[in-house]
Amino acid sequence: MARKLLLEHINVPGINTFDVYRSKGGYAAVEKALKTLTPDEVVEEVKKSGLRGRGGAGFPTGMKWSFLAKPEGVERYLVCNADESEPGTFKDRYLMTYIPHLLIEGMIVSSFALGAKTSYIYVRGEMMPQIRILERAIAEAKAKGFLGKNILGSGYDLELYVQPGGGAYICGEETALLESLEGKRGNPRIKPPFPAIAGLYGCPTVVNNVESIAAVVPIVNEGGDEYAKLGIGRSTGTKLISAGGNVKNPGVYEIDLGLPVEEFLYSDEYCGGIANGKRLKAVVAGGSSVPILPANLFLKTINNEPRLMSYESLADGGFVSGTMMGSGGFIAYDEDQCIVRNTWNFTRFYHHESCGQCSPCREGTGWMEKVLHRLEYGHGKMSDMDLLVDVSKKIEGNTICPLGDAAAWPVASAIRHFRDEFEWHVTNGAEATTRNFGLAHYADPLTVAATA
Amino acid sequence: MKVTIDGIPVEVEPGTSILNAARQIGGDIVPPAMCYYSKLEGSGGKCRTCLVKVTKGSEKDPRPMPKLVASCRTGVMDGMEVQNITSPEVVEARKGVVEMLLINHPLDCPVCDQAGECHLQDLGFEHGAAKTRYEFDRRTFEKIDIGDKIQLHMTRCILCYRCVFTADQITNTRLHGILNRGDHSEISTYISKAVDNDFSGNMIDVCPVGALTDRTFRFKNRVWFTKPVDAHRDCDKCCGEVTLWYKGEDVIRVTGRKDVYGEVEEFICNTCRFDKKKTADWVIEGPRKISHKSVISSNHYEFTPLPVVKTNPVLMEANKEQFERDTRL
Repeated sequence: MARKLLLEHINVPGINTFDVYRSKGGYAAVEKALKTLTPDEVVEEVKKSGLRGRGGAGFPTGMKWSFLAKPEGVERYLVCNADESEPGTFKDRYLMTYIPHLLIEGMIVSSFALGAKTSYIYVRGEMMPQIRILERAIAEAKAKGFLGKNILGSGYDLELYVQPGGGAYICGEETALLESLEGKRGNPRIKPPFPAIAGLYGCPTVVNNVESIAAVVPIVNEGGDEYAKLGIGRSTGTKLISAGGNVKNPGVYEIDLGLPVEEFLYSDEYCGGIANGKRLKAVVAGGSSVPILPANLFLKTINNEPRLMSYESLADGGFVSGTMMGSGGFIAYDEDQCIVRNTWNFTRFYHHESCGQCSPCREGTGWMEKVLHRLEYGHGKMSDMDLLVDVSKKIEGNTICPLGDAAAWPVASAIRHFRDEFEWHVTNGAEATTRNFGLAHYADPLTVAATA
Repeated sequence: MKVTIDGIPVEVEPGTSILNAARQIGGDIVPPAMCYYSKLEGSGGKCRTCLVKVTKGSEKDPRPMPKLVASCRTGVMDGMEVQNITSPEVVEARKGVVEMLLINHPLDCPVCDQAGECHLQDLGFEHGAAKTRYEFDRRTFEKIDIGDKIQLHMTRCILCYRCVFTADQITNTRLHGILNRGDHSEISTYISKAVDNDFSGNMIDVCPVGALTDRTFRFKNRVWFTKPVDAHRDCDKCCGEVTLWYKGEDVIRVTGRKDVYGEVEEFICNTCRFDKKKTADWVIEGPRKISHKSVISSNHYEFTPLPVVKTNPVLMEANKEQFERDTRL
């Protein structure tokens, strides 16, 4: 059994209270950082750890921190992105619900490293219970002297605030989040300038995911080099995966990056296989925005090597035969699920959540949704698949923020890998409303092209 | 700083956007812009029609940019190389954007007051497809009168946000904004307030489509039957420099003076725009020069120098259709 870094004490009763958390070695990272390290040393540790952003894009956190502009006399901010709303992802909510002090501790250490005097946790509006939990945790930490003026006698001041969002997916995009935090309409900003130069209220700002900030705690406790020993290649450390869909044991799992996907999916320690003894048809590996893969391509890469749960291995094959780590929202589909319906459902989500600022995403997501709706209900045409691919190409890369890409990828990949299921929906329109296409050949072993 | 756009070098000030650098060159290599308005700070970046490909970032960092960039909001770097109409990728992306802009547009040009001076019409003509692939109902809204001078026809809106910036920057108060999100977003005053202030009329001028129209000119005439004349008067609120649109002897409309990109030279006040509709109120300067491409100057085409790109065989090939159109007369 792999070592847990974030969820080690998750089953300790009362770990959500300050006293129990402290008795389990909590807030040691704050003591270590504030008393023995300089801010630059903390940044250096995070850089050495190779920690990559856990929100979806996988950008190295240490590098992001080192880009932060540090002009004299200007405030700097750290904002924690807890606006987790990707369909299939629920790891941050789990972390905030059960072990809120880990996030608070991470926020204190990270704010110290960045020199931020005021930090915000932007929580999605729907997560009202988590907001209350965090506020209580902040009050506890403040009462014990870990927040506020002159923390632990080090002379470092920090105020930490929780800000509820309005419940929009787009506010998880960092610049839209900052707009929303400033009290404006949550429209993504046009970059450049990046938040590291001009972010919240025009000041240099770092926006990090909940899990990235929580991971700073073990990095500071054990040192960046120790942390980097976990994982594989450039995917270091552990990652929370929220497994859902038709798996036997859905839930949040902390894995060492580099775990074979087969083990993750079928071992009893993790997902425990597919529920009700069915067979695996398809997997969305990292939240709804990443390309969907059929079972055979997911378990093995195109070169017939076993796929691993790591940033590189999941992306192996690019968009043709690979997917992405994303935010860790792992959704498995068994043989009775309809990919067309699923794709329509995802697109409906993006249509609903598009902010409407730039035209390709505003109009294109609605268009794709309507075409997919028609296909799902058996009124589609053979030309619809090419139309969808074309529309998704016109959206991808032409928008202000990555929501356009996120809307385009699931559609493009579903048609790439499951075109015969889409075609079956056209040719057997009436039948498609009563039964599903089934597993077909999607789990057949791959035939590897002979290399010359 | 030296920038090269479609093979044509130009020297510009630091901080200029790619679009404005292209406008200094002029001609066909200027990317179309629906939401960018040089007089409004913060505008642009939304419609994505001005996408261009940066093949060389700068002299220092020659890497190309990974995605197409919005030229109106991307600053130039020294030694930057940009492809606009010479890049098939850009042409394709622009075609896609135009299609997206049109799928929810009612295409009611025959009854729209903006027809003839509508940017979307020009854009659709130059970059759009002849036929739509969209087979669903278009979104619709009720017409709203925002105040007694302006009518909002949200169905036609392309959400460029220009009128929002105008209200923020030209007028004292902004009473309207964007409600809702995605393709249901709409320009609205929230519970039917009247937009009523001295400069509200400029929202009509900045609107690239027929979403905001002048109620005093509504259904009076087609713009190409009217004659534009430059005139001025002493106004204590604005510069008083306007274009009068004549039908016979009557002034039927007053607007700001629009340049070749459809942007007004100076914003004018509502008194000049709505209340001074007699020739006696104005000092006439002479006929307004309108681009020979515009339908407004039909029957009196003037010779304009051919586009700069005429001498460049690569550009000629890339832009064959447009050249044929331009050189037909």
